Amino acid sequence: MQLSREALLRAYRQMKVIREFEERLHIDIQTGGIAGFTHLYCGQEAVAVGVCENLTSDDKIVSTHRGHGHCLAKGCDVNGMMAEIWGSREGLCKGKGGSMHIADVDKGMMGANGIVGAGAPIAVGAALSAKIDGLGHVAIAFSGDGACNQGTTFEAMNFAVVTNAPAIFIFENNHYSEHTGFEYAVGTNNDIASRAEAFGMKIWRGDGTDFFSVDETMREVLEYVRAGHGPAAVEFDTERFFGHFEGDPQRYRGPGELDRIRETRDCLKRFRMSVTGAGLLTDADLDALDAEVLQQIEDAVIKAKAADRPTAADVLTDVYISY
Amino acid sequence: MVKMMYREAILSTIVEEMTRDPNVVVLGEDIVGGMGTAGGPEAIGGIWSTSIGLFGKFGANRVIDTPISESAIMGAAAGLALAGKRPVAELMFADFIGVSLDQIWNQMAKFRYMFGGKTKCPAVIRMAYGAGFNAAAQHSQAVHQILTGMPGLKVVMPTTPNDVKGLLRQAIRDDDPVIFLEHKALYGSSGEVSEDLDYVIPFGHARLSRAGGDVTIVSTGLLLGRCEKVADMLAAEGIGCDVIDLRTTSPIDEEAILDSVEVTGRLVVVDEAPPRCSMASDICATVAEKAFASLKAPPLGVNPPHTPVPFARELESAYLPSVEKIEAAVRKVLSFR
Repeated sequence: MQLSREALLRAYRQMKVIREFEERLHIDIQTGGIAGFTHLYCGQEAVAVGVCENLTSDDKIVSTHRGHGHCLAKGCDVNGMMAEIWGSREGLCKGKGGSMHIADVDKGMMGANGIVGAGAPIAVGAALSAKIDGLGHVAIAFSGDGACNQGTTFEAMNFAVVTNAPAIFIFENNHYSEHTGFEYAVGTNNDIASRAEAFGMKIWRGDGTDFFSVDETMREVLEYVRAGHGPAAVEFDTERFFGHFEGDPQRYRGPGELDRIRETRDCLKRFRMSVTGAGLLTDADLDALDAEVLQQIEDAVIKAKAADRPTAADVLTDVYISY
Repeated sequence: MVKMMYREAILSTIVEEMTRDPNVVVLGEDIVGGMGTAGGPEAIGGIWSTSIGLFGKFGANRVIDTPISESAIMGAAAGLALAGKRPVAELMFADFIGVSLDQIWNQMAKFRYMFGGKTKCPAVIRMAYGAGFNAAAQHSQAVHQILTGMPGLKVVMPTTPNDVKGLLRQAIRDDDPVIFLEHKALYGSSGEVSEDLDYVIPFGHARLSRAGGDVTIVSTGLLLGRCEKVADMLAAEGIGCDVIDLRTTSPIDEEAILDSVEVTGRLVVVDEAPPRCSMASDICATVAEKAFASLKAPPLGVNPPHTPVPFARELESAYLPSVEKIEAAVRKVLSFR
C-alpha cells in the first residue's frame, strides 16, 4: 500500500527523532551529566516506528530496557523524556523512573522495563482487557532475542494462545542478548519466530532495518489480530548500533562490524534511498526535517538541563494512592 | 448479619463486586476447572471452592481459567490493571510467589512510583497461605514476612468471615495493588457476616478481639484463635489480655498497638512466619522505639523456628506456635520484674 507524503514525512521524522535523541544521549552520557544505566535503541528505529505508526492510542505497548525508541514512537513527549533521563522532576516520571522505566499510560505506552522478559505477560493482560472491551484493540509486547529465552515469554505466548488474546509478540532480533551472540543463546537454529509458531500462533518475519518491510508486515498482522483470530508473533531482523549499555566496550564485535552495519543496514539511509529513488520525497524534504529534529533535540537538552531538580521530599510521594 | 464460612465470604464478595462493577475480572488456575475435559467447565470452581459458579454467571471473558503459568497470571493481572480493569487473580498457593515474584514485586508494586504517580494498578492477588494441613515445605508457608517489606504493596490477612467480607471488598475497590492472604485452615470456619453490599473495612485498622488491660497480644490469621484461647484461660485467673487482630500488615495499625502497650506495658506478638526480620520482630522493635517508657517487660515474639515447614503431624505441630507456647510467652512477660 502506498503511503501518503504526510505519512512518509511523519515516519521519517519519528525515526530521526529517535536516532538524534540517542546519538545526543551517547555524547551527553560521556560528560557525566546523566546518571545510571542507559541502553540505546539506535539502529532499530524502523521497528518501533513501523509498528507504532500502525497503532492508535487505544492500542497498548509494553517495552523493554532498550525502550526509548518504543516510547518516542508511541507518542511520549520528547522534552518530558529527555528531562526524565536527566533526572529532573519535570521529567515524564518526575525523575523517579529514569531511562528504563519511562511510561505514558494515557498514550498506551505501559512502560519500558528493567527486567528482561517481564513485559510479555503484562502485554497479555492488556490484550485480555482489549478482548473484554471488544473494540478490536491490541496489545504489543516488544522483546529482544534476549527476552525470547525467558520463561515469562514462553508462559505469555501459551497464555495468549489459550485465551485467544489479541496480543502481538514483536521479537527484535538485534543479534545480541547483552554481550552474547544469538547464535549461541537461541537454540532454535537462530530462529525466534519458529518458537512462537510452536506455541500455536501465526507468525511473520520482516526486515527490521527497512521501514517499509515493517510497515507492510504490521498491516497484515494487525488486520489478522484485530479481526479476533488470536495472538501473533513477528520476528524482525535488525541491528544495534551501540553496546548493550552506554560504556560497554563491545569487545564482542567483529572487525569493521559497526561500520558495516551503519553503512548497509541503517534504516534512515535505506528509507532515504527508497523514497528519493521512487521520487516520493526529495533530499531537500528530508534535509529540512533533519535540521528541524536536530534543533528539537538541542532544545530538549537545554530544557532538561535547566529543569527543576527533585528534592528529598519527592522520595516519599507516589508509592501508593492512599496508605 | 448472616452466618457463612470464610470461603463463602470470599466467593460471595467476588460475586457482589463483579455484579456491581463490570471492570472486575478474575483469573487463576482451575478457578473454572474442567476446561478441556469430558467433565466440562465448572468441574472444580477453584481448589478452595472460592470461584464456584462464576464462569456460568460472568462468562469466559471475565472469568479467565489459566494454564499453570504463575508468572503469566501475575503479569496478566498487572497488565489488566494498567489497562483499566480490576483483576482479582488467584495464586493457588502463596508459596508460588517463588515463581511469580518479579511480576508482583518489580512490576505491579512499583508501576506507580516508577511512572511518577501517573498511573494506578488496582490488582488484587489472592493467595492461600499457612500451615495445618501437613502439606510440607512448599505448600504451607506464611509469606507475609516477604511481602510486607515491599513498598507499593498492601498486605491483608483476614481472620474472620466478616473481616474477609469487609477487607476483600476494600481490596477490590482499592486503587493500589493488594495481596490478600487467605489462611487455608480458616476456609471452613464460620461466623456472622455483614450483608451490607458496601460494607468495607479500611486498611490499617486493627480489631480488638479481647480487651483486658494487663498484657497486649498481637496476631492475625489462624494463630489469632490460639491467642484468644490463651486470653480466655487467663481471664479465668483474673488476668486481662488485649488481643489485637492486625487484619493488615501493610499498612499496619501502629496506633492500636502503641495505645494498648501504653496501658499494659507488656507485649507478645504471635506470628506464623519464622523469626528473623519478621512481623513479630518488626512490631517488637517499633514498640521498643516508640513506647519504651511504657514497657514493664521486654517485648516477646512467638514464631515458628528458623526452619522450613515440616511434613509429619508431630513435626508440623511442633513447628507452629501452639496454645501452650503462646501461654508460656504471655506468662513470661507477665512475670518479668
